[in-house]
Amino acid sequence: MAKLTDEDILKLARLSKISVTDEQVHKFRDELQSIVEYVEQLSAVDVSGLEPTDQVTGLVNVTREDREIKYVSQDVLLKNAPAVENNLIKVKRVLE
Amino acid sequence: MSNWKSVAEIAASVNSGKETARSQVEKALNLISQHEEYKAIISVISERSIKRADEIDARIRSGESAGRLAGVPFIAKDNFLVFGAPTTAASNILKGFDAPYQSTAVERLESEGAICVAKANLDAFAHGSSTENSDFMTTLNPYDKTRIPGGSSGGSAAAVALDIAPFSLGTDTGGSIRLPASFCGVVGYKPTYGLVSRSGVVAMASSTDVIGPITRTVEDAALVLECMSGKDEMDSTTIDRDKQPYSELSRTDLSKLRVGVIKEFFSEGLDGGVRDRIEKAITMYKQEGATVEEVSIPSIGLALAVYYVLCPAEVSSNLSRYDGQRYGYSSKHAKTLDESYSLSRSEGFGDEAKRRIMIGTYVLSSGYYDAYYQKAQLVRTKLIKEFEKVFEDYDVLIGPTAPVTAFKVGEHTSNPLEMYLIDIMTVAANLVGTPSISIPAGTSGDLPVGLQLIAPQHQDKKLLEIANTTEEKLS
Repeated sequence: MAKLTDEDILKLARLSKISVTDEQVHKFRDELQSIVEYVEQLSAVDVSGLEPTDQVTGLVNVTREDREIKYVSQDVLLKNAPAVENNLIKVKRVLE
Repeated sequence: MSNWKSVAEIAASVNSGKETARSQVEKALNLISQHEEYKAIISVISERSIKRADEIDARIRSGESAGRLAGVPFIAKDNFLVFGAPTTAASNILKGFDAPYQSTAVERLESEGAICVAKANLDAFAHGSSTENSDFMTTLNPYDKTRIPGGSSGGSAAAVALDIAPFSLGTDTGGSIRLPASFCGVVGYKPTYGLVSRSGVVAMASSTDVIGPITRTVEDAALVLECMSGKDEMDSTTIDRDKQPYSELSRTDLSKLRVGVIKEFFSEGLDGGVRDRIEKAITMYKQEGATVEEVSIPSIGLALAVYYVLCPAEVSSNLSRYDGQRYGYSSKHAKTLDESYSLSRSEGFGDEAKRRIMIGTYVLSSGYYDAYYQKAQLVRTKLIKEFEKVFEDYDVLIGPTAPVTAFKVGEHTSNPLEMYLIDIMTVAANLVGTPSISIPAGTSGDLPVGLQLIAPQHQDKKLLEIANTTEEKLS
């Protein structure tokens, strides 16, 4: 059975772009451990001869005519952006 | 005595000019403010809803029909994009988000004259079974204010139970419409996967997310479903609706009905009062001459484990878009772009979203993918096959919607897994994609109990008819 360590939680947090405090690391480790232990019951299930299910619609390659559709204006979309400059979304610097 | 007539009657009365859309909207807005203490509503759409009501009344005065839902006020769960109020998904990270477009479901209801008057509380991003994961507040159960209303569509279910509006909209990824409907004594309908467009609804787990109505009667649910279902170019997973209108409900001849009672749902974990109510329903079917037999779906007990691999996996992907740059909360403490991503997400997401993102990241990571994610997909197939087999012999499967009635605020908040287990009877229908409904089946103590009915995929109309006849017999 997989046993989650503090390092595992820190790695998952890093991959998820979530920063966690030391206190949170312990809390999440214990909570995630109990969830992982619960789902571990699947390992014993016999699934021989079965294919994995991604979706249940039975639909394959749904396409539509490729045409221009009028969408909302740039102003409306930019209104929700935290920082805007010259009609562009402004972000923090990428390099230190 | 209800505040509202049936949805069809309200629309007929408004279309005939006997009552105005304006009066219906004002009535709903008044009821919202009278019931604030229950914390069912996150935001009220007063200005836009009154304006829309006046437009509808003007059209009717000029001799036009205003649609099949003319002047009918409704409440949308706050994960639907709606004009006139922010769309928050009850999360701090989306606080104040102003929808640039409306969800297809709301657009379709509006095109029939319905008016969205408010946005209802939920567990943030629909992650939960009690509304206690809302970043803003916990909704209280209309039957007992010390208890939760169920979740995640808890505000929507409480609003209908409080009779604030004739109907509301919810989303159901693992039971989030049916569970609160059961706990609040109302009807909650989860359609076949793909029947209602997900466009413009905050995504949770895309392979099981569905949209459905919460109403007082099956008849109302059928009409609302009819108005919002069917293919949509904006959601490539949508399917056609029935050729026959859902709202024209024929009576089901119960003497010809083959009812399968899901054996696994009657284990020792089932509350005695809930068991009694469900057994009363079983007796009713038998008295009406239906064929009622116990059926076994051996893997149904694994459904929750499958769900808690697949759902977090999809959640971790769907919530990656909240990065604090294009919309939503953005941390003021960041110095670099990378820091801005992680601080915005850490400060903006609640604990449950973080747990699901990390679990999802874990089960999708290399080395664990086969053991967890793919294994869950395979067990999902096994479950689907078991349902298909049972449906060869039965028209409908029944059981409780939940093993318990509404629990106390705070009763299950210390252990996330304990909260997950509340959904143990609802998740299977989501994984299999079948339609499922919870209808009131009386009370245990003073708390409502829900009867769950499940039909094969695409048999929404048949399920609504069975539920409609059942509802009549049980009342």
